[in-house]
Amino acid sequence: MTASEERPGEAMTRRRAVREGVADVAPMLLGIVPFGLVAGAAPVAAGLDLAHAVGLSVFLFAGASQLAIADVLGSDGGVAIAVLTAIVINLRLLLYSASLAPPLAHEPLRSRLWAGYLLVDQAYALSIVRWDGTDDRRHRLPYYFAVALVLWVSWQLTTVIGALAGSSVPDDVPLDFAVPLVFLVLLVPVVSSRPALLAAIVGGATAVLAGEVGAERLAIMVGGLCGIAAGALAEARSSTTGAGT
Amino acid sequence: MSDAWLTIALASAGTFVLRASFLVYARHLVDLPPVAHRILRQIPPAVLAAMVVPALLRPEGELDLWQPELLAGVVAAYVSWRTRNVGLTLAVGMGVLVLLQQLT
Repeated sequence: MTASEERPGEAMTRRRAVREGVADVAPMLLGIVPFGLVAGAAPVAAGLDLAHAVGLSVFLFAGASQLAIADVLGSDGGVAIAVLTAIVINLRLLLYSASLAPPLAHEPLRSRLWAGYLLVDQAYALSIVRWDGTDDRRHRLPYYFAVALVLWVSWQLTTVIGALAGSSVPDDVPLDFAVPLVFLVLLVPVVSSRPALLAAIVGGATAVLAGEVGAERLAIMVGGLCGIAAGALAEARSSTTGAGT
Repeated sequence: MSDAWLTIALASAGTFVLRASFLVYARHLVDLPPVAHRILRQIPPAVLAAMVVPALLRPEGELDLWQPELLAGVVAAYVSWRTRNVGLTLAVGMGVLVLLQQLT
């Protein structure tokens, strides 16, 4: 059967993929909402306009780098450093793009470009677990777009609210702790094998070390690359000794 | 154009290139060699840990193993591992941090 053939009930199962996407992403909003509020309030607190805060969310749509830009511009760090910092933080999206490309290779270019614009950690993490090769590939994009659009709308709304509310959020609500927590709930399920555990330990440890020696902005990048290398080497070793699973 | 808008435009364009890069060339990626797949599999644990671990071990910008963020993060990680429940993990993590900050 080719992908273009429509079986009866096809529209129904596609709707089910959309519903499952919405259901899977819903609990993530518990972290996205405070993260968005922080990302909206930060540029205003750093002296930028409401329009800049909205522009960051709409055009950049990448929380950790939005915070970094507010931080650099707020401390008169200059355009070049702000842009480079954002790009370094977002390099992981290049890696996500590479990881999602094979499962979406059959989709038209326009869909893939939209998928690229909407590519964020949560949409990636949910999709890559679901697209294990035994799934129906026609339901991949409906699932992905359902997840990504819920995230996009939530992100735009919460960053605007954060930018408007600004400093009126009480200090004893540690909203900014939502940022690492959001990534923690993505990290735990992917540490499911010994190479993955090694990749996480080496990645986390080298990122801490890089920060300690003053390479704050490069910590994610350095840690990520070292972790990837360690995990890949461990997996290559275990597969050549025949113990790999 | 102001510095802020110039920054937003350049960072957004650069980030879109990163996001779209491999997706645009997807058709050439279907038959990746095993070594490439092996590398791709390590990306999520390595990159996510590189973002999470520093936020828990050095929340104020220097290594500190005795602070509320680390304890809240460890409890949240345990809840996530045992229950795989995203909402519960986020709620417990935030709750433990607020509680610890009230106590200290």
